[in-house]
Amino acid sequence: MSEAMDIKPDAQVKSARAETILYVDGVSVTFDGFRALNNLSFYVEPGELRAIIGPNGAGKTTMMDIITGKTRPDTGDVLFKSETDLTKLDEADIANLGIGRKFQKPTVFESHTVFDNLLLACSGGRGVFKALFHRLSSAEKIKIEKTLITIMLDEKRDELAANLSHGQKQWLEIGMLLMQEPELLLVDEPVAGMTDSETEETAKLLRTIAKEYSVVVVEHDMEFVRDLDCKVTVLHEGSVLAEGRLDHVQKDPRVIEVYLGR
Amino acid sequence: MTDYSQKYQMTPVVGWLLKDRGGMILLTILIAAAILVPIGNLLVPETSSFHVPTWMLSLLGKYLCYALLALSVDLIWGFCGILSLGHGAFFALGGYAMGMYLMRQIGDRGVYGNPELPDFMVFLNWTELPWYWYGFDMFWFAIVMAMFVPGLLAFVFGFLAFRSRVTGVYLSIITQAMTYALLLAFFRNDMGFGGNNGLTDFKDLLGYSLQSDGTRAGLFVASCVFLGICYIVARGITQSRLGKVLIAIRDAESRVRFTGYRVEYYKLFVFTISAVMAGIAGALYVPQVGIINPGEFAPALSIEIVIWVAVGGRGTLYGAVLGAFIVNYAKTFFTGVMPDFWLFFLGGLFIAVTLLLPKGVIGAVPAFGAPDRQSILSSMRKRLSAGGKA
Amino acid sequence: MRNDMFSVLRRSPFSITQTRRFAVRICGMVACLMMFAVVSPNVAQAFSDEELRNIAEQLNDKSSTKQVAIIEEMAADGDPRVAPILKAMLEGDLYVRDSDEHVVIATKKGKVYTHIDIISGEEAGESSSKELDKIKVNNRLRGALRDALATLNLFSPDHAVRTAAVEQIMDARDPAMLPLLLRAIEREDDETLLARMNLARATMALAAGENAEERLAAIDVLASETTPQIRAVLSQFVASAEAEGIEPEVVTAAQDALDDVEGRLSNWQTLGDVYRGISLGSVLLLAAVGLAITFGVMGVINMAHGEMIMIGAYTTFVVQQILSSVLPSGSPWSLIIAVPAAFLVAGMIGVVIERCVIRFLYGRPLETLLATWGVSLVLQQATRTIFGATNQQVTAPDFMSGAIEFSTGLVLTYNRLWIILFSLIVVAGIACVLRYTAFGLQMRAVTQNRRMAGSVGIRTGYVDALTFGLGSGIAGIAGVALSQISNVSPNLGQTYIIDSFMVVVFGGVGNLWGTVLGAFSLGIVNKFLEPFAGAVLAKIFVLIALILFIQKRPKGLFALKGRAVEA
Repeated sequence: MSEAMDIKPDAQVKSARAETILYVDGVSVTFDGFRALNNLSFYVEPGELRAIIGPNGAGKTTMMDIITGKTRPDTGDVLFKSETDLTKLDEADIANLGIGRKFQKPTVFESHTVFDNLLLACSGGRGVFKALFHRLSSAEKIKIEKTLITIMLDEKRDELAANLSHGQKQWLEIGMLLMQEPELLLVDEPVAGMTDSETEETAKLLRTIAKEYSVVVVEHDMEFVRDLDCKVTVLHEGSVLAEGRLDHVQKDPRVIEVYLGR
Repeated sequence: MTDYSQKYQMTPVVGWLLKDRGGMILLTILIAAAILVPIGNLLVPETSSFHVPTWMLSLLGKYLCYALLALSVDLIWGFCGILSLGHGAFFALGGYAMGMYLMRQIGDRGVYGNPELPDFMVFLNWTELPWYWYGFDMFWFAIVMAMFVPGLLAFVFGFLAFRSRVTGVYLSIITQAMTYALLLAFFRNDMGFGGNNGLTDFKDLLGYSLQSDGTRAGLFVASCVFLGICYIVARGITQSRLGKVLIAIRDAESRVRFTGYRVEYYKLFVFTISAVMAGIAGALYVPQVGIINPGEFAPALSIEIVIWVAVGGRGTLYGAVLGAFIVNYAKTFFTGVMPDFWLFFLGGLFIAVTLLLPKGVIGAVPAFGAPDRQSILSSMRKRLSAGGKA
Repeated sequence: MRNDMFSVLRRSPFSITQTRRFAVRICGMVACLMMFAVVSPNVAQAFSDEELRNIAEQLNDKSSTKQVAIIEEMAADGDPRVAPILKAMLEGDLYVRDSDEHVVIATKKGKVYTHIDIISGEEAGESSSKELDKIKVNNRLRGALRDALATLNLFSPDHAVRTAAVEQIMDARDPAMLPLLLRAIEREDDETLLARMNLARATMALAAGENAEERLAAIDVLASETTPQIRAVLSQFVASAEAEGIEPEVVTAAQDALDDVEGRLSNWQTLGDVYRGISLGSVLLLAAVGLAITFGVMGVINMAHGEMIMIGAYTTFVVQQILSSVLPSGSPWSLIIAVPAAFLVAGMIGVVIERCVIRFLYGRPLETLLATWGVSLVLQQATRTIFGATNQQVTAPDFMSGAIEFSTGLVLTYNRLWIILFSLIVVAGIACVLRYTAFGLQMRAVTQNRRMAGSVGIRTGYVDALTFGLGSGIAGIAGVALSQISNVSPNLGQTYIIDSFMVVVFGGVGNLWGTVLGAFSLGIVNKFLEPFAGAVLAKIFVLIALILFIQKRPKGLFALKGRAVEA
């Protein structure tokens, strides 16, 4: 905890607050006595691509849960675009604010076609009655077509999502996030279980996306993180252990200890 | 199935209805039945082999009400994954609303001859009509209540349950608790709904005697019409973007949430609509069977509805209708021929359908079958290997 | 229990009336000598033979007012010889003999009446009916006789008769009996009975007391007691006090005493509610604990759980039938043998169900629910076909019949006490199996990570089957206990299944302690509501409360938190 403070002193965080898209300060959460997050603080600037790494149990997924409103923190602030307090909102509100989340396990609507998956993710019309009387507009159709090409699934548009390969499901899920037109994308282990070529494609995809959106990627795979070529935050036991370029972080003795010393 | 511009820009209702093969068959049968069965009953002489006896007309009318009830369950279970084990409660509430109207229609023809109070209230030495019986002397009011009361209960119950994200078996168990609580409540004489005996000895509906063949035929036609209308409404819902959201909720609820949909509102909407349909089914059922009592709230009956849906084929709507007919015909058959075997059969059906026919009878017909057409064996093998905790 | 030494003294010619009281007082003082005493039929004679004969003859007076006075006089001194006379009079067996004008008890044997002397109680000749004049009794006399007999029982040598007499006096609260009661108090040497008599005296003194002091003293005595009867006495007194012009300080004291008694009684009432709640809770616990394993540990919704309970109950019935020829009735053995038998039978059926149905449905709880519901229907109908639809009689062994009763109105029946104990033993047993055995370890391993458990060599299918068998077997054991308090019929299981689910859901899935707490709290809440709302409404309230509770805590009282659970 004190180590985290050294790297990112409070004052610095606060001064940075003005121009952040995501601002996490002093967040702690406990599950039945287990401290999953311990005074976690970091921020992401608009348009930034950020990788978050850390060993198992470092609190990566819990952090995602808190940002997206699935879990409420015991203490701490989570601000979106320096003004909206995310800890007060639920998942749907947060999604509609413009934060998209991709799960660790690919989660798509298996009984729907690829096209319908994207249609459902398409921004706007979240109300019940709007959905009941919704008709597909040409603008929406064009948007879906565009995304189908971005995620390399144009060929599979009429296929049921259940019949896609693991990697394709991951892409579809990323595509669904794009359809939401988020300002911030949270991506949890996008390349888990992917082949090497798929991994490369995915890195390319994320880099493309990062040109338009702010993206936070949680990942184990060091090669993939290197491919992303971005700032890295290392989590350990619920706090930030180190932050910086990957090369720099990898030389940090504490990071080495956490990764190799056990 | 390839041209999306066509698929999504077609004139709404007629467009998807024409594409819905099972639905078209169902609606055709319903229209044919609504015309031919009453003719066969009222106009064809009894000596003719085409004559439809009145008992059969009533029986079919009863099945139609069950079919509507099954449809309402399929709408939430098949399309939204909400397994309600308390839908009998909405059915019974609709039935009681209609029963109250029919009670008031008896007027002074009851045993005690009280023009205001139903017999059971006179028997309990009540002197005044309870406030909640006001208005039930008007047919339109009873009909509105038959839909409003189940709808309101579903809305309140659903609001509480879905808002706090009670899902899966937990939801099933509390719906069961709900109908059980209502069962106990309606057994009480103090409730003012006739207690144990319920409401019965009805005389007439809108001035037409319930005993006459004409009235019965009219009720039969009404059942066909309402089943048809509710089918179209349900199909319309499932075809819309809302329907796609419902299916998405069934398959991956949290994904839907993170996509920005308020899952609880969607569930609440479809749950309430479904309860209203169940209420309508109950209201049509009571004049045709001539009685409504607390037994309709029994949790066991509510579970039975689910098996109608499962037998026919979950998530197809017309499958639910088919299932209701198959199971209830079997019930009529067994209770008539060998009553001891009915529970063996019903129990076996529950087991066999869940194990061997997860898509129901409809799923076994290739023309309506699942897109991946798995054989029973391979699907069982798949399930075995997928065995484990979800 | 009178002392023999003094009965000798009393028989000495000069002493009889004069020394009577003295003797009795000494009698009380040397009560410790009682253990040497032999019960003597000849007790505390208040009348000399002559006196008794004279007074008895007056029973034949023409005026019934006089007769009543005589009866009261005879009864008033507590002479044991009086009771048979009055009893005979009440039954119309008391006659005046023409020959010597003596009063005799006569019983008809054939055509002849046998006379019994009222003094000695021995036969004294016989005669035809012509030589006897019956002493006639009317309703007024009958009433007086009955009252007199009741008070006379206060002096009966039989402890039980005296106890009954005191209770009767307590109920009647007739101030006219006060003198007699006082006399009885002087003679009584049994502590508990003496306390009851004093209490009875206080109830009378309250109503008939001469002055405020007497009444206050009576109130003091009454306030120390805690029974519904005393509450009735006091509240009656307070209610009518004003009309009767009782002193205000007495009324205040009585009101205070009443509040005291009511306060203590309501504590007892609460205690009784808690006990009944715990009793219901233990039944719920027994019914639900097997479910806590199949639902909580395996995630399987077993709607046939109630039928496993039913099978356990029927196993008890069958075991009892088989052993009834060998064992005496009331023997505990058939029940003791039924416990393992029910466990095995229900457990084996559970294993069969798991292997044939449930193993294909893991991870699909809603389908499991439907399939097991089907199983439950089949089992119910099978039982109905084999045993018939009517209730079967399971007899209770001796150690389970009877009850502990408190004067405050609390009754603890032994069968309920045993069931409470039994449920706790069963839960403790399960906790031990889960925690300390290899099977428990494997079971928890499979629950937490099936694939991992499989790859370290645990036969997961085998563990599944045994776990389900364990859950079902426990339901069978529950059936043994429940056969003692419910009707053993094919519908037995249905009465428990919804409640069992409520308990498990309320307590929190996968948590044995949650189930225990859930069962007992549901039981207690139910029983606390019952006095206000009645049994059915209480149940409805509990169901509604549970539905609302689940909104607040969708995963029950003791839900596991964290993200692993939701994966």
